[in-house]
Amino acid sequence: MQVNEYKPKIVAFCCNWCSYAGADLAGSNRLAYPAEVKVIRVPCSCRVNPMFILRAFQRGADGVILCGCHPGDCHYTSGNYYTRRRMALLFSMLDYLGIEKERTRVEWVSAAEGAKFAATMNDFVKTVTALGENKRLEDLRCKK
Amino acid sequence: MENSKNVCDEIVRISKVNPRKCMKCGKCSGTCPAYDEMEYHPHQFVYMVETGDIEPLLKSKSIYRCLSCFACIDRCPRGVEPAKLVEAVRLMVVRQQGNNHLKPDDIPELLDEDLPQQAIVSAFRKYTK
Amino acid sequence: MQRIGVFVCWCGSNIAGTVDVVKVAEALKSEPGVVHSANYQYMCSQAGQQLIKDAIKEHNLTGIVVCSCSPRMHEATFRKTAAAAGLNPYMVEIANIREQCSWIHKDMQEGTEKAIVLGRTAIAKVNLNAPLKPGESPVTKRALVIGGGIAGIQTALDIADAGFEVDIVEKKPTIGGKMAQLDKTFPTLDCAACILTPKMVDVAQHEKIRIFSYSEVEEVKGFVGNFDVKIRKKARYVKEDVCTGCGLCTEKCPMKKVPNDFNLGMDNKRAIYIPFAQAVPKIATIDADYCNMLKNGKCGVCAKVCTAKAIDYTQKDEFVEEKYGAIVAATGFNPISMDKFDEFAYSQSKDVITSLEFERLMNAAGPTAGKLLRPSDGVHPHKIVFVQCVGSRCASCAEKGKEYCSKICCMYTAKHAMLTRDKYPDTDVTVFYIDVRTPGKQFDEFYRRAAEEYGVHYIKGMVGKVSPEGNKLIVQGSDLIANKQLKIEADLVVLAAAIEPDKSARPLATMLTASMDTNDFFTEAHPKLRPVESPTAGIFLSGACQGPKDIPETVSQAGAAAAKVIGLLAKDKLTGNPCVAQSDELMCNGCSSCEKVCPYGAITYADKEFRGPNRTTLIRRVAQVNEAICQGCGCCTVACPSGAMDLKGFANKQIMAEVDAICK
Repeated sequence: MQVNEYKPKIVAFCCNWCSYAGADLAGSNRLAYPAEVKVIRVPCSCRVNPMFILRAFQRGADGVILCGCHPGDCHYTSGNYYTRRRMALLFSMLDYLGIEKERTRVEWVSAAEGAKFAATMNDFVKTVTALGENKRLEDLRCKK
Repeated sequence: MENSKNVCDEIVRISKVNPRKCMKCGKCSGTCPAYDEMEYHPHQFVYMVETGDIEPLLKSKSIYRCLSCFACIDRCPRGVEPAKLVEAVRLMVVRQQGNNHLKPDDIPELLDEDLPQQAIVSAFRKYTK
Repeated sequence: MQRIGVFVCWCGSNIAGTVDVVKVAEALKSEPGVVHSANYQYMCSQAGQQLIKDAIKEHNLTGIVVCSCSPRMHEATFRKTAAAAGLNPYMVEIANIREQCSWIHKDMQEGTEKAIVLGRTAIAKVNLNAPLKPGESPVTKRALVIGGGIAGIQTALDIADAGFEVDIVEKKPTIGGKMAQLDKTFPTLDCAACILTPKMVDVAQHEKIRIFSYSEVEEVKGFVGNFDVKIRKKARYVKEDVCTGCGLCTEKCPMKKVPNDFNLGMDNKRAIYIPFAQAVPKIATIDADYCNMLKNGKCGVCAKVCTAKAIDYTQKDEFVEEKYGAIVAATGFNPISMDKFDEFAYSQSKDVITSLEFERLMNAAGPTAGKLLRPSDGVHPHKIVFVQCVGSRCASCAEKGKEYCSKICCMYTAKHAMLTRDKYPDTDVTVFYIDVRTPGKQFDEFYRRAAEEYGVHYIKGMVGKVSPEGNKLIVQGSDLIANKQLKIEADLVVLAAAIEPDKSARPLATMLTASMDTNDFFTEAHPKLRPVESPTAGIFLSGACQGPKDIPETVSQAGAAAAKVIGLLAKDKLTGNPCVAQSDELMCNGCSSCEKVCPYGAITYADKEFRGPNRTTLIRRVAQVNEAICQGCGCCTVACPSGAMDLKGFANKQIMAEVDAICK
């Protein structure tokens, strides 16, 4: 029963051109996913600075997911390739720091994949919920 | 049929040839120097493995008419490599015990002018291992 | 401190059904910076927008948050509303509480809580928003077309007809391109020269068009609306403005053994030449590799016979610098080299030719004056074999062939077969094909006519080997339908060679920072919706440099590219997206990390003076962003190790504030 009450905090970064539109499509099709997911709109997945993800964990996020256009489909031609490389490095470092690699994820969601967006978010929330609260990087001074 | 599928999968596995890459242009058969000796031809080998219709090929003498000259491999525009497939088909026949077309003892009887020397040599090579 | 107004939309029951909008408006009132909070049934309606405008004036708001549908839906609407009330439009943020909240949640409490968080996040961002002004840049009302084939010609004519000046740069001595070499054109069989040469004359006579023939683009700088281009006019050793094109020099030149590239080397020209009779501009050019006067100073016959005194052996390459608002790439194609296809004996026998060579053989102005004669012995061939897909659809070896379908070969092979049977009914014609691909208006009918009316033998199969035997060619191929291997004795074999982009395209793309695919075709900004634009602003694509194309398609694409260019040049000023990168010069250490990741080449470096300690002056190299080129992806902001680079409208601090608000 206690597990059910726990609601993780999840930050989702979505690129403006594909994934954010995909999230909108999930909404238009009324495909439900948990309210714990909150989306931040960025122009391109390559705009997401590793700093933002560290900040989220510092502020008590339990999972961070980054969505961009499929490889080859980037609106800015090459942005998501940079994202892929940067996040591979960041996530392996976070894993080393003790933040389970299941708490971080990069997904490619196109503007037509509303169903994929909802399914991805459902799965991600389930995974993070099972892992429980993240305490590794959390800065307790940020909590009042 | 189930067995044929397994045989085909095994042929694909050992030859590392993907018959689905074939675009059915027929350049392999256009290039094959042993074409007239064969009942089934190089492009048909590939097609038979792709569709799983492998039994007639296993029973056919065509596979021993292949000289392994590799002209088809050299010229195939899609990189399918039919000669490698043929070699794998021959190997499958050998591996199916009791179903051998070429037992070492039978070879002297088969020696005639039609049989390419290279097929015999490659058969011997297999049995001496 | 900002004075923020919050406006929560009901969207009828779309939002209000699962989100308690009154509660949301109430909760957001206490957020930092918020001075006004309201809710309304339809914010996007006239009345809703008026409500926002009134509130901006009444409460002296400096920023607003609209909690409504997706920003993809109405961000532009609310920005206009704000601007109408005198507020900078970039001080508006949208909290998406419909698509990403009310529509996906069923529980009222859950929906309301999430809507409050989303509103809070948008407020946190607006608190850090700054008014933005889109950059403006002037437009040079002149276009450059690179390549003078049918694509370049059509684009230039269409732009010039709209009243804008156009320059064409062509690396050969004449415009006309590949189409000038063709005999007849499918599917109507009208002669290429009859429809192309009038267009070439139109170009020459158009008062808005200048032709830089025998010239190449040397350097491109600048950005959309403001390109600075350096053009190299190669020395042709003939004064362009003096030469009358009489052609006397080309008859008297004693150097007769120069391979004629216009006829693909099947006959010879002189060291001074005019490529063909209808050349535009009709000016002689000296081939410096063969001219005795230029090589060892002995000859000078052309200068002696020239009555106009146009020959100038001392001419040097000249450079012209010019400004343009738009650049069109129309660099075209070439057939691939047949050297690697030993099986077809192309290099062993003169009687194995490519289709373009066949085209010249059939052309009345070609090396045989239009008579179909074998290149080896000048005898009329009675058995011709055409082989399709030579090097096309070839995935096995990248050095040998091309993976793509060259698209035009099926049709021109049908044309060649038909013309041969029409002119020489005693000639037997066989075509080996893998697939016959004839989508296009009147195309399949054309191919069927070749087979049905003209009796061309189409064989489904591929040629494996061609071997010369005596004066015959033995063609060994498969007939897949008869399940037979054929050996045909042929007099002439014609190979439908794959086509590839011109070799000059790759260095040009680097100069233009235009992207290319793995085959060196220019990539379009969007494969379906923006097919004639490069992702780089101000660069447009015309003809086969973007992908294999036949003439009708090339002409329509050329017209489309021209329309896009006209649309750009018709503007007096370009307003950009103000959400662009910005470098903090005090923090930048000039490391070039940002420049390397920028897909648009928007970042340059400048040496700037800074005040150092003790009244010293330091000169440091710092990054500068060209706002007209930057598209605002933000890749550089992450690459920057010193945190000097930031993105306006999506600043580090703003996104961080959003993260904080969500995690609160």
